[in-house]
Amino acid sequence: MIDSYLRGFETFSRNGAASAPQWARSLRLSGITRFEQLGFPDKRNEDWHFTSVAPLAEREFLPLTTGATRVTAAQLSPFTFGATDWHTLVFVNGRFDAELSSTASLPDGVEVMSLARAYDEMPVLLEQHVGRIASIDAHSFTALNTAFINDGAVVHVRQDVEVARPIHLLFVSDAGAVDGVIQPRNLIVLDRFAKATVIESYVTVALGASAYFTNTVTEATVAEGATLTHLKLQRESAQAYHVGTLDVRQARDSHLVSFSFATGAILSRTNTYTELRGEGCGATLNGLYLGDDEQTIDHQTRIEHVEPNCYSRELYKGILDGASHGVFNGKVYVHPEAQKTDGKQTNNTLLLSERAKIDTKPQLEIFADDVKCTHGATVGRLDETSLFYMKSRGINARTARELLTYAFAADVLETIELAEVREALEAATLRRYASV
Amino acid sequence: MLEIEGLRATVSDKEILKGITLTVKPGEIHAVMGPNGSGKSTLAQVLAGHPAYTVTGGTATYDGQDLLAMDAEVRAQAGVFLAFQYPVEIPGVSNAYFLRAAYNEIRKARGEEEIDPMSFADLMDEKMKLVEMDGAMLTRSVNTGFSGGEKKRNEILQMAVLEPRLAILDETDSGLDIDALRIVANGVNSLKRANNATIVVTHYQRLLNYIVPDYVHVLANGRIVRSGGKELALELEAKGYDWLLEPALA
Repeated sequence: MIDSYLRGFETFSRNGAASAPQWARSLRLSGITRFEQLGFPDKRNEDWHFTSVAPLAEREFLPLTTGATRVTAAQLSPFTFGATDWHTLVFVNGRFDAELSSTASLPDGVEVMSLARAYDEMPVLLEQHVGRIASIDAHSFTALNTAFINDGAVVHVRQDVEVARPIHLLFVSDAGAVDGVIQPRNLIVLDRFAKATVIESYVTVALGASAYFTNTVTEATVAEGATLTHLKLQRESAQAYHVGTLDVRQARDSHLVSFSFATGAILSRTNTYTELRGEGCGATLNGLYLGDDEQTIDHQTRIEHVEPNCYSRELYKGILDGASHGVFNGKVYVHPEAQKTDGKQTNNTLLLSERAKIDTKPQLEIFADDVKCTHGATVGRLDETSLFYMKSRGINARTARELLTYAFAADVLETIELAEVREALEAATLRRYASV
Repeated sequence: MLEIEGLRATVSDKEILKGITLTVKPGEIHAVMGPNGSGKSTLAQVLAGHPAYTVTGGTATYDGQDLLAMDAEVRAQAGVFLAFQYPVEIPGVSNAYFLRAAYNEIRKARGEEEIDPMSFADLMDEKMKLVEMDGAMLTRSVNTGFSGGEKKRNEILQMAVLEPRLAILDETDSGLDIDALRIVANGVNSLKRANNATIVVTHYQRLLNYIVPDYVHVLANGRIVRSGGKELALELEAKGYDWLLEPALA
């Protein structure tokens, strides 16, 4: 069912496309052309072997044309971590909302703005990076997103600038998103020795049981010695569809710390990709997925060790209940030049019900001969010895189960450095699994 | 307080306990000794209700109640405590949270009110001195990354907080250096009351220099082959277990 998107593109290129610069328009054209060639992936595609996108592909989602919003600041408060001084861009149904956003206190050397404004204010930076990092060749969702590049966030941190407060990109959908497709396109550029924390939140307010489709792409480039902390929090409504890609390029001595928290959507796929293109880089990719009912939560990660003396650490954990289905596909490629690569990849999943299932596929492909790389996956139920230990202290069986379930998730949540987010996710996870 | 009569238990269809009979009265300390594989740790775990063991015969009566019919948590709420030979690591649950949850469950079972976090902190301060533990241990996840000695001290701390009537120490001395052993033993001794009892399961006589038993039982091949006073432990230290094993096998 790609026709609706092709038709949507025709309408879009007549109306919305006019204001964009020429390079963006030709980028969109290459996006729709590629999407038309690829179509939606099926299970023959190795990257989609475990997840069927048929439920998404068979529905008709239309590009949203109205920018009307009924979302209030009060509705957003559950998603803003009690922080009043963060730099926040709010997008409602994919459209930038200046009134709900607050970037007044940005320090010198930091630019955070909507893509539309960035076309005017940072044309060179955009042309240099947008569409140059996230490949459309084999990724039909990225191609689709590229076809509809129109709105999103641009973050640019100049050399030596450390942004003390987090930058929060909050994508909220409400009733205006029903049966629509939302396709944010974001760009994060950290210059040499810059440092920033960027949070991408995808949330839903007051939608009810209706469906919509978020297809988001974030490209990031982290220059020499810079550090990007990226937190992606996918908490869309239970009927939503979500495909999100973060694609990062790292220069020498740069660091990426990524966390993906996924609890929402009936079907979600989160891609986290990074290429370590200089020596001395580090990449930490962690994540937590909590599934229930009929949810499918799919994570794919790809770490490309291109140069020597880099490390990567990856810990993804999941708790699956009901008839939920988790997928973890983690790839670590060590290129022939990347000697002394130090890589560790772990995926642990806790199954709370007989019907829940996980497909896990940690993969290492090593073409260098002097590396230290390990990977592993576990799938299990609650540990009987731990349950007995707690019961032997008088803790009743139900509380023991709840605490152990929470505890399973807690150790990966502990890796989130940003206290407001860590504590909020810990509290939400505790509430979800423990009645205490 | 505790009457065990002809207790038999299996794990994975293998019989480990082959008829244990033992009576423990309030105020008493019993040492259960024996070589590896004699069943002494199994006895401790069966009494605490470990689900891996199946009781196939005999009885255990605690304060007039059928102990073996009780769930593990009910036993704990009734005052039975097992200090584990291998304390379990629970990453993600802080020691303080765990202890307060346990303490409150036991209070609830006794019909007492739950304790508030402030009063609990005061209680912890007092109890931690007993085992010479640092306050920082409370914010760490239960036993996670603890050294062997820290884990054992943490067991005794839990015991101090929960104030059991029947404490079973399962090879609490294993893997401890002499300083840690002394700290653990001091903790156990200072918790001694006229109305509570302790069963000390150990391979070595060394611990009994610090925790002096009223009775010593030697377990071999799933049975108690000899019982005596504290002097029996010294005899075992001097002669080993072999002289008791021969007649047991015959």
